[in-house]
Amino acid sequence: METDLLMMSLCIFIPSAFALGLLFFPKGTEEYMRWWSLVGTAATFVFSMFVFIDYYAMLQRNQDNTLTPAGIRRADASTQLSARAEAAANVKARSGEPSSDDGLARYPWIGRFGIEYYLGIDGISMAMVLLTTVLFFLSMIASWGIEKHVKGYCMLFLILETGVLGTFFALDFFLFYIFWEVMLLPMYFLIGIWGGPRREYAAIKFFLYTLFGSVFILIALLAFYFTDVQDFAPKETVAAANAAVKGKGTAEIHTFDLVLLAKVGKQGMDWMHLESEAERKKFVQAIVDRREKERNPTSAADVERRLEQAFFSPTFQYVMFLFLFVGFAIKVPIFPFHTWLPDAHVEAPTPISMILAGILLKLGGYGILRIAYPICPWAAHALAYYLCILAMINIIYGAFAAMAQTDFKKLVAYSSISHMGYVLLGIAVWPESNFNNWAWGMNGAMYQMIAHGISSAGMFFCVGVIYDRAHHRNLDNFRGLNEPMPLYGGISALIFFAGLGLPGLCGFVGEFMVILSTWNFSTPDHPHAGKVLAILAALTVVITAAYILWTLQRVYLGTNPAYKDYKDITPRELVCIIPLAILAIVLGILPVLILQWMEPHVTGLVDSLVQLKM
Amino acid sequence: MNATFAEALQSRLPADAVAFLPELVLCGAIVVMLLIRLVPRYDRVHMGAIAILIAGFACGLACYQWTQMTNVARTEYLFGGMLVFDNFTIFLKIFLLAFLTLVILLTLLTGIPDREDSADFYVLLFGSTLGMSLMASSSHLLMVFLSIEMASLPSYALAGFLKGRRQSSEAALKYVVYGGGASGVMLYGISLLAGKFGTGFLPVILVKITAEGHLMEPAVVMGLTFILAGIGFKLASVPFHFWCPDVFEGAAAEVGAFLSVASKGAALAMLARVVLGMGGLTGTADRFDAWNVATDYLVPVLAVFAVLTTTFGNLAAYGQTNLKRLLAYSTIAHAGFMMMGLAALNRDGAAAVLFYLVTYLFMNLGAFAVVAMLRNLTGQEDISYFRGFIYRSPILVITLGVFLLSLLGMPPLAGFMAKFHIFTVLYDAGQEYDRLGKPHLSWTMYALLLAGGLNTVISLFYYVKVLKVMILEKTLEDVEERPVEAKPAPILHSAYAVAIALVVLVLGVYVNPLADASGRQGGIADFRSTPRPTVTKGPPKNAPIGLNPGMKMGGGKKKKKKGMGME
Repeated sequence: METDLLMMSLCIFIPSAFALGLLFFPKGTEEYMRWWSLVGTAATFVFSMFVFIDYYAMLQRNQDNTLTPAGIRRADASTQLSARAEAAANVKARSGEPSSDDGLARYPWIGRFGIEYYLGIDGISMAMVLLTTVLFFLSMIASWGIEKHVKGYCMLFLILETGVLGTFFALDFFLFYIFWEVMLLPMYFLIGIWGGPRREYAAIKFFLYTLFGSVFILIALLAFYFTDVQDFAPKETVAAANAAVKGKGTAEIHTFDLVLLAKVGKQGMDWMHLESEAERKKFVQAIVDRREKERNPTSAADVERRLEQAFFSPTFQYVMFLFLFVGFAIKVPIFPFHTWLPDAHVEAPTPISMILAGILLKLGGYGILRIAYPICPWAAHALAYYLCILAMINIIYGAFAAMAQTDFKKLVAYSSISHMGYVLLGIAVWPESNFNNWAWGMNGAMYQMIAHGISSAGMFFCVGVIYDRAHHRNLDNFRGLNEPMPLYGGISALIFFAGLGLPGLCGFVGEFMVILSTWNFSTPDHPHAGKVLAILAALTVVITAAYILWTLQRVYLGTNPAYKDYKDITPRELVCIIPLAILAIVLGILPVLILQWMEPHVTGLVDSLVQLKM
Repeated sequence: MNATFAEALQSRLPADAVAFLPELVLCGAIVVMLLIRLVPRYDRVHMGAIAILIAGFACGLACYQWTQMTNVARTEYLFGGMLVFDNFTIFLKIFLLAFLTLVILLTLLTGIPDREDSADFYVLLFGSTLGMSLMASSSHLLMVFLSIEMASLPSYALAGFLKGRRQSSEAALKYVVYGGGASGVMLYGISLLAGKFGTGFLPVILVKITAEGHLMEPAVVMGLTFILAGIGFKLASVPFHFWCPDVFEGAAAEVGAFLSVASKGAALAMLARVVLGMGGLTGTADRFDAWNVATDYLVPVLAVFAVLTTTFGNLAAYGQTNLKRLLAYSTIAHAGFMMMGLAALNRDGAAAVLFYLVTYLFMNLGAFAVVAMLRNLTGQEDISYFRGFIYRSPILVITLGVFLLSLLGMPPLAGFMAKFHIFTVLYDAGQEYDRLGKPHLSWTMYALLLAGGLNTVISLFYYVKVLKVMILEKTLEDVEERPVEAKPAPILHSAYAVAIALVVLVLGVYVNPLADASGRQGGIADFRSTPRPTVTKGPPKNAPIGLNPGMKMGGGKKKKKKGMGME
């Protein structure tokens, strides 16, 4: 039995199993349903920890301190996804048994299209998985206040968790897409049934935007699938495919395998960076020669055909990158696709807002990191400047829009847009040289995603706590909440400062790393772009501070007789918010807790993207 | 070759009849059901049980035929070239008969034909299915016309089956008038083609049209257009769709289910035979050349109609307030989707359509079934009546949700895999046409792909609108502040709906069997490799038992040679 397959699959499907279990609860046992669902999310968290332990052990096993040119430890290179995928294929070919401890599991699913049930983890997905299981557990605690149709709520909530986890674990593009879509529907109903007054509008808007983006992802998925990847596939696959056609020419190989597609995309970029025709011919010839042994004889026509590969054409890379980017940018959300977010966040019930801001937005960033960048790196590089501009618009626009809000929840929603801008900025700053800086940026973006997941979920929860008491969210009508609720006021301040990016709290680390790497960003046409962007990004931190401090002042400070008799934060609410507060502090002081196991693979991604130019 | 046609026909009759057995069973059933009423003791017996047994038996027979021929791609002509028997035929036969069985089961549950009418109802249903089965296998213009009429005439009566309901009669009348017009036009087209080429045998006509370059002659263009119009009517493709919403609204939901799936399936099969016989990708550039004139025109024409049909269906569905009418427009949109698959003009396209048809069978049958059950519960079919209905009968609403979302194409439901099949075919064909130096066809394919994707987004509006009303909105009682009364469906109804919903889910996750089967059975008879049908005397020795041992035209070149040698 392959343990890692079991662990990862359990992690994905335990929530669904618990959702099915809910069917057997009779009416009137709402309290038990909540506990059952809480146990479900807790079990998922436990299993994600098992996966994490296995993953960490794998990193430890391969520990070695020599460095590659890009600055990652040499042995960690063998834990990169691509290296592990190749090793796994070798092991399987040698012994017929898949290896149990490599964090990869692949089984055929739909033979006609070569679709696989292919799961895997590396630092990037591991971080997201842990964030997901923690936040779902905490949001389930926050869901105790949901009184309406508890059974339906818990079922949808758990199915949503399956969708999210599946998306993070999937390494097959098709599987990824399936899970990506599975998330839509539960979210639609969670907003639409349990949301605020304009819930139906917000829910359909969310659904429509995301589905619109999915169509583009689907087209890109088809385009990748129909590209022949026989030059890049592992030799076992090629040999098997060639055997199947029995010597009648070479077999084409089509795949949804994200790791393999990333390799193809990388080769395409390397090829397009070559200057002269002769060099390009040589490059292709090298690919052909490398494959010579496994394949039936090659000809000059074979070489010619390879020169026309889809991945070797700038148009293809541009179009596909844009398709993917639009699909994922809607989720992040990147300006101008952001308008669904304030509506959805404001109308959603508190726990769902936490999930939305804490996790679903990260799926967009994750998609860009895992799919758009590795598979279409050439376009990503060529468009780096414009992506940075977009990110900058997000940061500044989000901050100013947040400042203008009078609705507390809307303010937090716009601050999310602003903060997710840093994520894109960190990813987008692909420099001409000095790639260590870019690695800082990428790591910063990842760290920012985690930090934002914690702080924004906390902020939405804080808003929810007073909404439960005051039944309104109008910032101008609060005042003096600190007096009746001192404990709550203190924790809120901590969480909001984390969101602001105060040094010592989690929000600071990611933003700092991103701004640092932005400083060194430049393109041939815009040599000083990075400096301008970095200064602007740093200045926006001041605006962020302004709106958050102003909010704290308007809500918590002063005195207000109307709210004198409010109860302070309850124990249940404390159980939900304290872990977030602790995480905000710990991750602010000890970023190494996360970076030490996440960084090798984020830097590895950078390393694989820039290898040629070192 | 010295035997006369009549002699040969006679000598092969027994064998042909064996291949035709499932249909013969249906014929027998029709006679039995009509006659059984003459016996006074049985004149009031509900025929449902008998009907379902016979339909199941016929389906079993067809399945048996399938097991006999899955591994060989074969094309045989029955009854002197009237019908073609190939992998495609057998797939559709099973499809139609299985569907017939499920529909009869549904009618038994919802009780739409009462005891008195049951014989009439099932006779009409069987007759129509028989006609559709012939549609799926006709290879002669005469048979094309006869089978369409045979499928249509009982449908007219079925549409008006709710006697005494004005809408129902109106629907039937509208259907008859449109159907009559379409048949007339089609017959005119058939006579043009038959007169022009001196034969009605489709393979010969199609070969002449394309290979001998008769395509652009006025008589041929008109003849083809009229025939395609006739098929378009059965398919409810824009601009021949006007009957569809009215008929579906007027007729009982059970009849709507039957018409929307079976008659579309048969019409698509017929369309596939005609268009794939005339042009399309064969995989190699040299063979492609001979047919590319027809392909140059056929692909854009089919593509335009497919896009129009899908887009129109989806846009028009949005404004509907009646559930059946909304579903009627949705079926129009789905017909368009399947036409997109055919527009690629290759076998993969035909295979994708087969896959689509099977998933469509379950999701559409399910949707109509739930509508019928809701009607039985409440007597209503207006969407607005079902506000907040999930709190009254949760199982029906949730299963309806599964069907609608599958129709929308949400993974992991079957409808998504079906759309995915179509999309892969389009992208693949786009690349292939590009490689063959046909950029305009290649762009047509990509445009279709984009149109298909965007149409999915458009269709979101109305499918989700239904769910929104049923799930998100407050119940009527809530608004009027009366207590909500649970109105659960009878347990058998729920079981039927849940079973079909499970099939929809399973087909979306456990895709391999159906994908492989449809991929294999997409082996539609390749008319282009078929010579003029000659009549051989007696069955060849190597014919498998239980199947027609008549002429073997063979799918590939190898087989053809063998057949020639025997003569």
